[in-house]
Amino acid sequence: MRNTLVAVALAALALAAGAKEAAPEAADPALEARLVAIATELRCLVCQNQTIADSHADLAVDLRNQVREMLRRGDSDRQIIDYMTARYGDFVLYRPPVKPTTMLLWFGPGLLMAGGLATLVIVLRRRSRMAPEAFEADATEDAKEADAPPAAR
Amino acid sequence: MKRWQFLAPLGLFVVLLGFLAVGLNLNPREVPSPLIGKPAPAFALPRLDDPAQTIRRDDLLGKVWMLNVWASWCVSCREEHPVLVEYTRQHPVLIYGLNYKDTRAAALDWLARFGNPYAASLSDAQGLVGIDFGVYGVPETFIIDKQGIVRMKHTGPVTPQVLRERIEPLLKKLNA
Repeated sequence: MRNTLVAVALAALALAAGAKEAAPEAADPALEARLVAIATELRCLVCQNQTIADSHADLAVDLRNQVREMLRRGDSDRQIIDYMTARYGDFVLYRPPVKPTTMLLWFGPGLLMAGGLATLVIVLRRRSRMAPEAFEADATEDAKEADAPPAAR
Repeated sequence: MKRWQFLAPLGLFVVLLGFLAVGLNLNPREVPSPLIGKPAPAFALPRLDDPAQTIRRDDLLGKVWMLNVWASWCVSCREEHPVLVEYTRQHPVLIYGLNYKDTRAAALDWLARFGNPYAASLSDAQGLVGIDFGVYGVPETFIIDKQGIVRMKHTGPVTPQVLRERIEPLLKKLNA
């Protein structure tokens, strides 16, 4: 009987301890949701292809705590993003701002695509104007002849 | 004109090679610091060897100094440390350590074992000053001028080559 009581008491204690640790996370679901929304926009500098929301690196944990602290204080998303870029530069942003140094990053792929399409159109147009004699006979016709049964020769 | 057209793919290939040569030689770990040319973040931290004393950023105005971020748990710091110890033995250079997310006992033990090149080390147990300086990979080194402006940042261990080619010329210029 006494053993059961001790066991129950220990279990209750463990539950209480667990509950205490989880408290700050669950305290304010709206705040945590905003924290996750901001953290997924920020790059972890230690493991560079992860966001601060995904990463378990020490620095990511610290930065998440910092964001949580600022949210509690009532800072806006803009203020928090500015705080991070002031320290770590545009590199922390998964969506860097459009400015002269990032023009190539933003518009380079579009330019390449446009260049490729323009080349394709020019080549096709030039070909459509060429006389049929300019092209070699289709390979399929040669293949047909080769496939003909030996008796037909 | 037509005769040289077959060279176009080769030309494109050379351009591609050029891009790859530059791109692959960049170090993605080396993130340019937005602090360069801006005032160093303000701090007030206890001294590692005497927590009763506080050192502030503004205490160091008027001097050219280096801030070296280190920790006893940091493996690359051990590689860097003898370089700094050796350098300070031969040159009068003011280095302050930022003991980043470390325990006091472990940090003091580390300095006793490997030597102490620092004028003083500051305890940043929570890593908050580290965040203000944009620290993301220990060791990091900053150079701060007499007006308290950050002039250079180096991420990763300081090597004799970095000291000779980047740090020494800058210190000479700033001290002139």
